[in-house]
Amino acid sequence: MNRKILGFVLIGVALLILPHVLTQVGTAWVRIANLAILFIFLSLGLNIVVGMAGLLDLGYVAFYAVGAYLWALLASPHFGLHLPFWIILPLGALLACIAGAVLGAPCLRLRGDYLAIVTLGFGEIVRIFMNNLSTPFNITNGPKGITGIDDVSIGSISFATTDSFFGIPFTGPVKYYYMLLALLLLIIIVNLRLQNSRIGRAWVAIREDEIAAKAAGINTWNVKLLAFAMGASFGGIAGGMFAAMQGFISPESFVLHESIIIVAMVVLGGMGNVWGVIAGALLLSFVPEILRYTVEPVQMALFGRQLVEPEVLRMLLFGAALVLTMRFRPAGIWPESRHRREMSEARGAGA
Amino acid sequence: MSSSVAVLLEACNVGKSFGGVQALKDVSLTIRANEIYGLIGPNGAGKTTFFNVLTGLYPRDGGEVLFDGRALDLANPYRVAEAGIARTFQNIRLFGSMTALENVMVGRHVRTRAGVFGAILRTPGQRAEEAAVKRRAQELLHYVGIPHRAEALARHLSYGDQRRLEIARALATEPKLLALDEPAAGMNATETAGLRQLIEGLRADGLTVLLIEHDVKLVMGLCDRVAVLDYGEKIAEDVPAVVQKDPKVIEAYLGGSIGG
Repeated sequence: MNRKILGFVLIGVALLILPHVLTQVGTAWVRIANLAILFIFLSLGLNIVVGMAGLLDLGYVAFYAVGAYLWALLASPHFGLHLPFWIILPLGALLACIAGAVLGAPCLRLRGDYLAIVTLGFGEIVRIFMNNLSTPFNITNGPKGITGIDDVSIGSISFATTDSFFGIPFTGPVKYYYMLLALLLLIIIVNLRLQNSRIGRAWVAIREDEIAAKAAGINTWNVKLLAFAMGASFGGIAGGMFAAMQGFISPESFVLHESIIIVAMVVLGGMGNVWGVIAGALLLSFVPEILRYTVEPVQMALFGRQLVEPEVLRMLLFGAALVLTMRFRPAGIWPESRHRREMSEARGAGA
Repeated sequence: MSSSVAVLLEACNVGKSFGGVQALKDVSLTIRANEIYGLIGPNGAGKTTFFNVLTGLYPRDGGEVLFDGRALDLANPYRVAEAGIARTFQNIRLFGSMTALENVMVGRHVRTRAGVFGAILRTPGQRAEEAAVKRRAQELLHYVGIPHRAEALARHLSYGDQRRLEIARALATEPKLLALDEPAAGMNATETAGLRQLIEGLRADGLTVLLIEHDVKLVMGLCDRVAVLDYGEKIAEDVPAVVQKDPKVIEAYLGGSIGG
């Protein structure tokens, strides 16, 4: 128990120092870390839908888009609105939640592959909607996107500028990092608490056997819709933060590819296990970035010219990683404890 | 007779067809409170179909079911569970990668209220409810005789224990009527004897049991009354001794030629 607490303290301290270390390497790396945290938000949200309730949702990026556009519209020169973050962020979560329920309601009669295809369609519909919502009234500014989105500012501290506290410089990305870290802590707690609750058990029961869940008295329709809405709200928060950090969004940020990456993070990491999903999200966020900076120099040093482009290699490794995971760790790198218990139990029985 | 004591469930002209196959033809039957009621019949007679209609898993084509004096809402399985009917399945349906304890805790869902916000904020109400759910689940595992398997995954239990776990999960919904679909199927003699004890204990504790079973000895020894289905029709309903001698029943089981 004490070792566990010590472990958490050490991880906490490391996470607090991390952005300052990364700043030494390059501010780009702080931004990459921030994006990685956003992807953790997204995969934890999707984990509720895919990992716990077992509903394969391939249009999850739609809720990310909803959150991002809400922030962009309420805090940019586009409409001349500049609301503070503590209004927009909960509003974004709420709106994404509603969008989740609205999109979920017609889909949830379907199961398995059919659900996946329909949600994929809905994801695309939302993106195309944003793309075309520039006429007759210009709401989203169409494919040109929305620029000049406000940064977060808390009191007199703006996240757009660098401030010094105790002689340590805090750049914009570093400030975002701390804010995201705080939000992440909140989201992890929410996830863990949901997992071990009446609702969380109902989600897993539906995943395991929907007919038995119905017969055991679960209103599967409501509970599935709840999974969709809860998962979506995480996406809404991530979207809002994304818009603020980037300062610019366009429909291009919310393509199907993003949805698939998020699903891959959940599956690769370990469906249903919060820590596994986090590991999956970190892996799939950082490895491509590391490759981006290392592939070219390494090849130049070895062969004197670039044989494989980083982007190509990235997709190659991505595919290989998924295939290997499915072959050797089908439940993910770090599976749900229920599965893990099962595996150790099976080993014990075999011995 | 006072109706509140006597009749728990009354099915009137329940019908169900799959395409051209009439699986249930106007089946009517009456189950009295606190009895063990057997539903038997040859394979394909419609017993499980009747269960599925009764528990809302199949939409019915016609007929009505009165339960505890009120019309049963058969459109939603969870409403049926809410009204007080719980069931098990012929081919055991457990939540395989949840523990035995969690399986039973899921059964408490319909009798508890905690929602998302309760769970996120860990309100005192939610925590008390959660503790009560866990305690009740442990009691039920004890009741069906598998308390030592609480932390094992459901799919790793032995066949007989899985049957017991399914009954515990059904009991967790606080049913008035427990419907068991072939609970002794695949059990050896010892397990069947244990099951019989369990069912008799349930009745002693005030429950009404509806039983589909192939094991004739078990049915005849255990049930107060028995209904026989054949090709979707009820051909007999009486105490076991009478049903056993009914020529129509003998014909259904052994084929037409035996009567001659």
